[in-house]
Amino acid sequence: MSSNRIQQRMDALKASGRKALIPYIVAGDPTPSVTVPAMHAMVEAGADIIELGMPFSDPFADGPVNQRGAERAIAGGMTLRGVLDAVSEFRQKDQDTPVVLMGYLNPLIAMGEVAFCDGCQASGVDGLLIVDMPPEEEGSLVQAAKARGLDLIYLAAPTTTDARLATIGQATSGYLYYVSLKGITGSSKLDTTEVSKRIEHMRQHISVPICVGFGIRTAEDAAAIASTADGSIVGTVLVSQVEALVNDPTKIPEALQSILKPMRDAMDANA
Amino acid sequence: MALTEHELRSLDYEPDAGGHFGDYGGRYVSETLMAALSELDQNYQKLKNDPDFQREFDADLASFVGRPSPLYHAERWSKAVGGAQIYFKREDLNHTGAHKVNNTIGQALLAKYSGKPRVIAETGAGQHGVATATVAARLGLECVVYMGADDVERQSPNVYRMKLLGAKVVPVESGSRTLKDALNEAMRDWVTNVDDTFYIIGTVAGPAPYPQLVRDFNAVVGRELKWQSKELFGKYPDALVACVGGGSNAIGMFYPFLKDTEVAVYGVEAAGRGLSTNEHAAPLCSGRPGVLHGAKTYLMDNSDGQIAHTHSVSAGLDYPGVGPEHAYLKDIGRANYVGATDDEALAAFHEVSKVEGIIPALETAHALAYTKKLAATMRPDQTVVCNMSGRGDKDIFTVAKMEGISLT
Ligand SMILES: Cc1ncc(COP(=O)(O)O)c(C=O)c1O
Repeated sequence: MSSNRIQQRMDALKASGRKALIPYIVAGDPTPSVTVPAMHAMVEAGADIIELGMPFSDPFADGPVNQRGAERAIAGGMTLRGVLDAVSEFRQKDQDTPVVLMGYLNPLIAMGEVAFCDGCQASGVDGLLIVDMPPEEEGSLVQAAKARGLDLIYLAAPTTTDARLATIGQATSGYLYYVSLKGITGSSKLDTTEVSKRIEHMRQHISVPICVGFGIRTAEDAAAIASTADGSIVGTVLVSQVEALVNDPTKIPEALQSILKPMRDAMDANA
Repeated sequence: MALTEHELRSLDYEPDAGGHFGDYGGRYVSETLMAALSELDQNYQKLKNDPDFQREFDADLASFVGRPSPLYHAERWSKAVGGAQIYFKREDLNHTGAHKVNNTIGQALLAKYSGKPRVIAETGAGQHGVATATVAARLGLECVVYMGADDVERQSPNVYRMKLLGAKVVPVESGSRTLKDALNEAMRDWVTNVDDTFYIIGTVAGPAPYPQLVRDFNAVVGRELKWQSKELFGKYPDALVACVGGGSNAIGMFYPFLKDTEVAVYGVEAAGRGLSTNEHAAPLCSGRPGVLHGAKTYLMDNSDGQIAHTHSVSAGLDYPGVGPEHAYLKDIGRANYVGATDDEALAAFHEVSKVEGIIPALETAHALAYTKKLAATMRPDQTVVCNMSGRGDKDIFTVAKMEGISLT
């Protein structure tokens, strides 16, 4: 059931000449009860795929905003089991929107990589993006994920060499996540012409859709990126918004919508 | 999967091309760091065998650090303990007072040879920060040191030392506000400024090639010990003991002896308030394999895989992970890992100060505590060498405070 949701969504977008809008939030930030309503709200605002962060205590590839999100989620009692439960609950109402879990390896090892992949399959997860697992370190997680039809999404960076792009292109399925900036999530500078040049180059090595994240803050950013990439991934602005509403979490779903809707509109105006 | 003695003798104890020691180590990092790590790896593999680089490294160790460090017979303590002859490898006599400077000299030279004008480091107690600021000053490199905000408060003398040496100290407010968070922050700086910045890691942890290169720079300790022990007592020591935080002073002493299986090696972790409590920093004794800071290794985490907050009386051992080569040496059975509690370390701190006239670092005191236990079980014609990894001047405030004495 879960195996082709990402590809189906990407194919459908391509057929209609549109690009993917992919929001990222941390599961359980700031409390477990907000996550599922927030996911539905984001879909309603035009999200095509949801990236859900699995909180980790030491997210060294993320910036301070996302780290604080993870810290709030852990303090609020979110666990890896809780992340899978949130996806199951989301799936009760939404069987179409792909969900990608993004995070770090250690919590998965603690649960057991096979048990984790079983849990993903049972709860309706479609893909995994494990930030600290480059293709060179593929192990039992990758085998277990593939056997259960889970897509494995890998990162590429501005510094990735052509030789590595080829390796990454072989490994990745669903889409490729291009990190548009040197640095961590939430860095500020985004040069869209540079990004589009780079995407054209990467297409020689990568056959799956290329989505771009890191540094997309405004509707203009999202639209500019979507004019060359296959999708815009939006994270830090959303997590900042959650942070601003920690004391008023019921307002979070709507607040996320008011960031995503203008992005959706701007991206579609391009199409 | 402990190996036989014959197998242990025939291993080369080098990581594979991906930086793996058996199952451990590797490069578990985001793609954003991969290019920087392979550049570093290429530079290192080239310079490691470059005679000019090695000559400059050796010359700095001699004239700036004061190497070789002596091998000292702790005669009075040996007698008092009543077992094996105890020797200290005197890394505490190095410039800046610990083994840490062996590594920072090596890495700062790598920075210089790689054309990077800016160096960054993480630090816990501030020892590695001071050692980094010291060599940065000498080579005229810009230096930024990340330090957990709690540690900045607890270790103000070292913060001031770093500033005197011209470094900028950045307090890190995230997470547990200690060493592991400083490491996260330094990695972030590196990803962002990788074009002009060299990251000087303070121990044998982190992604490949760091565990290997930090080991190689510290291995001068074991190499000297090989000829010094032959000279002083005509054979290799029967046992080596060193404390293990990330594991750099330990591996530096152990590595040249790994094929010499007649030499027993013991790494001593911080057992804090006891290994049966949750308040310790002993991943090899009571943690489990996982992935932290770019390497697969033993670490301390909760049942959900979140990295644990650790405890040790010594800031330099207060780290939830450990260098991957130690994880490997544990599994294959080449090295033994044991714990010493806060109380045992404090007792050894006082005892060695009084009996030998050497005030050891609190980190080192853990190794001394176990040395005493071990020596007591050995014969007087046997020898055990403890790595005196650092001097205790930095710790007198901590110890005094614990004993209710005010120094200011
Ligand atoms: C004197 C001394 N010994 C030991 C250590 C522990 O580090 P490692 O295990 O890397 O030698 C430290 C760390 O700060 C130290 O200052």
